[in-house]
Amino acid sequence: MEKIIFYSLSTLAVFSALMVVLSKKPIHSLLYLLLCFFTIAGHYVLLNAQFLAVVHIIVYAGAIMVLFLFSLMLLNLNIKEELQKTVWMRIIAVISGGLLLVALVGVLKGLDTSAGPMLASTQIGLMKNIGNVLFNEYMLPFEVASILFLTAMVGAVMLGKDEEKVVKK
Amino acid sequence: MNTVVEGFKLMPIENYIVLSALLFVIGILGVLVKRNALVVFMSVELMLNSVNLLFAAFSVYHNDTSGQVIVIFTMVVAAAEVAVGLAILVLTYRTNHSIDINLLNKLKH
Repeated sequence: MEKIIFYSLSTLAVFSALMVVLSKKPIHSLLYLLLCFFTIAGHYVLLNAQFLAVVHIIVYAGAIMVLFLFSLMLLNLNIKEELQKTVWMRIIAVISGGLLLVALVGVLKGLDTSAGPMLASTQIGLMKNIGNVLFNEYMLPFEVASILFLTAMVGAVMLGKDEEKVVKK
Repeated sequence: MNTVVEGFKLMPIENYIVLSALLFVIGILGVLVKRNALVVFMSVELMLNSVNLLFAAFSVYHNDTSGQVIVIFTMVVAAAEVAVGLAILVLTYRTNHSIDINLLNKLKH
């Protein structure tokens, strides 16, 4: 059962990821990216990382997708993409990407993976355990992350406003 | 709320490694091949997601919650990156009237 779910989710994830790259229109890429995010959320559920699955859907499908969609529509960029890199560039990209894939899989396969639990009913993905670790061990990084987020917010607002002022002058 | 996947066996970690590597390489291909800056951003998101998935898988296999906490931090950084990146994208669109990344080599000249 878990094999069927895993392989169908993986196939869907890889297919939609490929379509992100292969689609001509940016809006199609965006929607395929959304599909890819949902399959990855399914993978989190399969790993019994429920909190991650929920947060993933909220953050990616909720926030980041909306940001992308807004910029896509505000800029009116949904033109068919004539911009293409040269054929040579693309061939080189594919070759180097394939080599990287081989290298990554080769390196990571050599890991010692004997020490894994077999059942997926581990409790570590539940909200209680994640909260315990996050607010005890990772308290300082958590606060730093919040400062980073505030900075990013201020930066985004400033960047968005700057041009307007120049136009008014 | 306990477990949704009660009684399921975990897939071997190699499957997750291969899946994440595939997604990561597809993201890299997107960055290398595309000239639309928006799609390049999407490919970066794809790469971040593949790494997140691998983090979560390893955290479950080693029975250690820290991996999943790191995934949350990665999500925070990704959200910040997208917010600032899209703001910069809007600015470049206003100045160049295009989001072709090949136009962004003006520092060179």
